[in-house]
Amino acid sequence: MTQPILAIQNLSAGVEGRQILKGINLVIRPGEVHAVMGPNGSGKSTLASILAGRDGYNITGGEVIYCGKDLLELDPEERAREGLFLAFQYPVEIPGVNSTYFLKAAYNEIRRHRGQPELDAMEFLTFVKERMKILNVPEDFLKRPVNHGFSGGEKKRNEIFQMAVLEPKLAILDETDSGLDIDALKIVALGVNKLKRPDNAQLVITHYQRLLNFIVPDFVHVLYDGRIVRSGGKELALELEEKGYELIVHRAAVPA
Amino acid sequence: MVTMETKPAVKPNQPTMENGPYLEKFEQFEKSAKGPAWVLAARKAGISHFTELGFPTLQDEDWRFTNVAPIAKLPFKPVLEPTRDGFTAKELGQFTFAGLAGSKLVFVNGHFAPKLSSVAELPDGVKVMSLGAALASDTALVEKHLFRHARADTNAFTALNTAFFQDGAFIHLPAGKIVAEPIQLLYVSTANENGTTAHPRNLIVAEQGSQVTVIESFVSLSDAAYFTNSVTELVAGDNAVVEHLKFQDESQQAFHLATVAAHFDRASNVVTHSIALGAKLSRTNIYATLAGEGLECILNGLYLTRGEQLADHYMIVEHAQPHGASHEYFNGILADKSKGVFHGRILVRPGAQKTDAKQTNKNLLLSDDATANTKPQLEIYADDVKCTHGATIGQLDDEAIFYLRARGIALEKARRMLIHAFAGEIIDRVRCEPLREELNKVVWDRLEQNEQVTVNR
Repeated sequence: MTQPILAIQNLSAGVEGRQILKGINLVIRPGEVHAVMGPNGSGKSTLASILAGRDGYNITGGEVIYCGKDLLELDPEERAREGLFLAFQYPVEIPGVNSTYFLKAAYNEIRRHRGQPELDAMEFLTFVKERMKILNVPEDFLKRPVNHGFSGGEKKRNEIFQMAVLEPKLAILDETDSGLDIDALKIVALGVNKLKRPDNAQLVITHYQRLLNFIVPDFVHVLYDGRIVRSGGKELALELEEKGYELIVHRAAVPA
Repeated sequence: MVTMETKPAVKPNQPTMENGPYLEKFEQFEKSAKGPAWVLAARKAGISHFTELGFPTLQDEDWRFTNVAPIAKLPFKPVLEPTRDGFTAKELGQFTFAGLAGSKLVFVNGHFAPKLSSVAELPDGVKVMSLGAALASDTALVEKHLFRHARADTNAFTALNTAFFQDGAFIHLPAGKIVAEPIQLLYVSTANENGTTAHPRNLIVAEQGSQVTVIESFVSLSDAAYFTNSVTELVAGDNAVVEHLKFQDESQQAFHLATVAAHFDRASNVVTHSIALGAKLSRTNIYATLAGEGLECILNGLYLTRGEQLADHYMIVEHAQPHGASHEYFNGILADKSKGVFHGRILVRPGAQKTDAKQTNKNLLLSDDATANTKPQLEIYADDVKCTHGATIGQLDDEAIFYLRARGIALEKARRMLIHAFAGEIIDRVRCEPLREELNKVVWDRLEQNEQVTVNR
C-alpha cells in the first residue's frame, strides 16, 4: 500500500486544561476525500487548527505523521511549504497587503522549499491568471488587499482560489460551507472537485450534509465529544442527515 | 484696589530671562531687515506675540503630551545670513526625491540657494520662486495672502517664525493653470552648532481651477541639535486641486516645529500628507479652514519613531460651510522608547450642514516601552452632520500572522508584511505616482533598518 498522506494516531489535545480531542485515529491516503462531520463543540475546528499549527493547544497524547514526517514538530509555515493547506473557517482580512504580492510570496516560498526556481512577477501573473480561469475567479481578487472588504462568499472563494494556486498535497477545509448560500456553496464545491488529483487528498470538515451533495467523499467520519465514533462511506452522511447526530451517536455508544 | 489683568504680567518687549535672547536677536536683525514696511510690521507683531505667549508648557492643553522645554533651553541662534560652506549640488543627490522631475527650490538653513535650485518650464503666469524675491517683484500678490492664514497671536512658534523668517517658497498658480510635475521644496540643514535655527516661510496659492503638487522636504547634513521652525500658508481657490506633501527627515538630534495653515474654497479638492521619520522631537500643526461649500479634503499622515523620538501631529479642521468633507488618516509605528502623539479636533460651525468629517488614528507599538497618545475632539454646532472618529493602539494582529504563516510565509516575513502594510495604507493615498514610489522605498528602507521590525521579539 502507498504511504498515507496523513496518519493521526490516538491524538489527544486541549485548551487551558480542558480536553477537546480524546484519541483521534484517522488515515488519509493519496486520491482520497475524507469528510469529518459532527455537531458544534465536537472538536472539528480544533482538529483543523492543530493540523495547521495554530498556537494555544496542548497536545496531551498521540502523534500525527504527515508524509512520513512528525507534523506536530513543524512550524505552521513549514507545514504549508510541505503541502498542507488550511482553508480557514474565518479568513482573515489583511488591509494593505496586496493579494498578488501575498500569493506570489506564498507560492515562491513553496517553490523554494522544493528547490525550484522562484517565479518573477510576470511569470507568476501568467500562471495565476490561468488558475483564475479554472475557477472563474474575478480578476479584481488579485488587485484588492487580502480578503479586505470581501463578502463572506468571496472570502471562501478566495480560500479555494489560494488552494488552486498553492496546489497542496493535503487540503483541509474547515467549515468552508458555513455561511454560504447555495450558489456560493456550489462554486466552492466545484472548485474543490476540479482540484482533486490522484496524488493529493482532501479533508472536508463540515457541520451539514449539504456540502456533501457537491463534494463526494470516499470516507465519512462522525466526530463526537472528541472521538471519531463512526466511520463509513458516503452513505453515512445521508444517514446522518436523515437520523440526526443523536441517533447515530447513540448507536455508536452501544457495542454492536 | 485690585485691577483685572487680562494680559500676562510680562509686558511685550520687556526682556526676561526666557525671552531676552530672542528680543536681543530681533533688535539686531530688525536693523538690517529688508522688505516692505507691512512685512516689518508683521515681524514686530510677531516678536511681540512671542514674548507675550512664551513657549507652551505641559499645562497647556494643546501641548499636554509634548514637552518643548528642550527647545526653550537651546541657545537661540537664528541663521541671519546665507551659509556659504562648500555645499554642492552633487550632495543633493543623496536625499529622498532627488531623482524627481520638475521644479526644485533649495533652501539651506532657511536661506534660498539659487545655484542649487532649478525651475522647470512653467505655464504662463505661474510663479515658483523664493518668497524674498516675490516680496520685491510681486508685493501686492504676496500681501493678499501672507500672514493671513497662519496666526501669530495664538501660536508662539508661528509668532517666532513671523519675526525671524529669512526666506521660503512662493508658489502661485493663476486661475485654471496646471503644473503637472511636482514642485519640490528642499530644506537642508547644515548647522554645526546646537540651537542653530532656521525659519522657512512658504506661501502656496492655487487660484480657481488650478492644479498643483508641492512637496516640502526637510533633510539634514548635520549632527547638531538644531531647530527648524517652519510655517506654510496654503490657499486652494474654488475648484482647485492640490496635493501637498510634507516629508520630515531631519537629523535624530534635531527639533522640528511646523505649521501648515490652509484655507480651502468652494469645491476644491486638497490632499495633504505629513510623513514624519526624523527629528528628536517633531510637531506638525495643520490648521485647515474649509471656507467654501462642497469641498473635499484629506489629511493623511504617517509617523515612524524609534529610540527616544517623539512625533506629534496636531490638527484643527474647521468646517465653516455646508457640504464639506474632511477625512483624516494618521498611522504611527512606534519602536523602542519612542512616543507618538495625535491630537485631532474637528470643529463644525453653525450652518455647516451635511458636513462629512472622519478621523482615524492608528498606532502600532513594536515595543512595550513605546507610547501613543491620541486625543480626538469633536465640536459640533450644526445638527445635520456625519462626524466619526476612531483610534487604536495595539500590536500586530496574531490572527493575521497565523494566516500568513499558514500560507508558507515565515513568521519574521509575516510580521514585516503586516508592518509595511500598515504604513502602506497611508502611502497608498499619495496620488502622485513617482512620489508614492519614492516614499514606499524610503519607508521600506527605514523599517528594514529597525530591529524591532525585522526580528521577532
